[in-house]
Amino acid sequence: MSDFSLLINAVYVVSATLFIFGLKLLSHPSTARKGNLLSALAMFFAVVVTLLDKQIISFEIILLSVLIGSAIGVFAAKKVEMTSMPELVSLFNGVGGLSSLAVAYAAIVGEVQLSTFVLIVSFLALLIGAVTFSGSVIAWAKLSERMIGRPIVFKGQVVANVLLIAAIVTSGYLVVTQPEITTWHYLAIGLALVMGIMVVLPIGGADMPVVISLLNSYSGLAACAAGFALQNNLLIVAGALVGASGIILTNIMCKAMNRSLVNVLTSGFQAVVSSDMKIEGEIKALSAEDAFYVLEAAQSVLVIPGYGMAVAQAQHTMKELQELLEDNGAEVSYAIHPVAGRMPGHMNVLLAEADVSYEQLFEMDEVNPRIENYDVAIVIGANDVVNPAAREMKGSPIYGMPVINADLAKNVFVLKRGMATGFAGVDNPLFFKQNTRMIFGDAKETLGNLVRQFAD
Amino acid sequence: MTAIYLLFILMLAIFVGFELIRKVPATLHTPLMSGANAISGITVIGALSLAGGEQSQWSTWLGAASVLFATINVVGGYLVTDRMLAMFKSR
Repeated sequence: MSDFSLLINAVYVVSATLFIFGLKLLSHPSTARKGNLLSALAMFFAVVVTLLDKQIISFEIILLSVLIGSAIGVFAAKKVEMTSMPELVSLFNGVGGLSSLAVAYAAIVGEVQLSTFVLIVSFLALLIGAVTFSGSVIAWAKLSERMIGRPIVFKGQVVANVLLIAAIVTSGYLVVTQPEITTWHYLAIGLALVMGIMVVLPIGGADMPVVISLLNSYSGLAACAAGFALQNNLLIVAGALVGASGIILTNIMCKAMNRSLVNVLTSGFQAVVSSDMKIEGEIKALSAEDAFYVLEAAQSVLVIPGYGMAVAQAQHTMKELQELLEDNGAEVSYAIHPVAGRMPGHMNVLLAEADVSYEQLFEMDEVNPRIENYDVAIVIGANDVVNPAAREMKGSPIYGMPVINADLAKNVFVLKRGMATGFAGVDNPLFFKQNTRMIFGDAKETLGNLVRQFAD
Repeated sequence: MTAIYLLFILMLAIFVGFELIRKVPATLHTPLMSGANAISGITVIGALSLAGGEQSQWSTWLGAASVLFATINVVGGYLVTDRMLAMFKSR
């Protein structure tokens, strides 16, 4: 080992350690920012020391690429609204996949003779990178409503997918056995890109948290596979850390929906189950003025936010209302379902943006046992995560999914624009319950109305 | 033999990853994901030697493209994570 490569590898060890410490610090809100900084520092060290590699002789292209890449990254990170965070993370995932794809492809077409092992892992990196890229783009399009969020299925999709997988395996065999024929490379990349699209198309918007964390995991796996191809330890370690985090989050999201990963990935293929059970009762609408009198008398208020709050950008107004309620002597808590929003923990970020203390945020399991004690539960733009059909209606597509039992609170206010169903497309018996009142209108306006009443 | 040695590293890293991330509370799942995503931009160090090396034209350009994409991922990812975490002020 030359002096340079010894130094480079020693710094890689330091970087890997810093990545691990960085992730460790991310496990508490008070140290998380430091953890992220540590992780960024690890990346910086790794990049700087890599540039000492004596194989690197021309720096102009590198400098240009880094400058352009940084500019785009800074612009995107500064400009994005917190509500659009899922879209941005999805896009970043996509470019990460694209980067692994390019590295793997460059390794395959490089002039060096490659061993079969390196060819196989390069092909895997290429494949995962391409699936991550095209899958993320579709996820982004669905999240930003550039295409419909509902599952897209067509006749013969299952057959098409099986054929596609067979074709990918064949192309992999051809790339590994005849790496010099470029046609096979293009074929493999093309097929893998189509695969990514086919994986995400049949998945509906409500399952997006699962898809995003799965794609996040893939982007790590792609980096990991690229690490095998280049025999680079740091790529393997960092890639594996990301892969593991994605898998854990995917698992948490699946558990929160009481479904398996396979079930989520194939949900678009299942026929919608129609239930015999009728939802009875009438919908009772309430004006913000009347809601005010109830809130004024309330001792404890539970807020249950959903994607609708994000869309209406109502988090700041909610925080205002929270302060007025607290001045009035009420205790305000927030209950957050693991799959509320479009990515794991999305609601927490929005509420943090509005300066809501994280000590006031509770998870579903903490809230449910004492939900009867709340005088009022305010559901803001959440639908499926408070749907009692998950407990009561066998045959409902969401039956068995753990939900926040909002209907058991003494009073329930549902802030909603209209009577449309949630992303799961299921009717919600909560709206017909005795103790439920619907307050129709844009969530932000309704909350603003309540705030004004309190101020008067 | 190299393959076995690399697999060994992979296995240990996966275990460390699981142990570390299992403890992250739901509050921090979004920043965790976007921070982890920034880490996946580590492919940039693989891309660097390809972009600056004396290989075929194709490899150089692919490497350069890869550096560009990975930099977007790294710089954007860390910045946006920091922006999010700055909102989780300690009280």
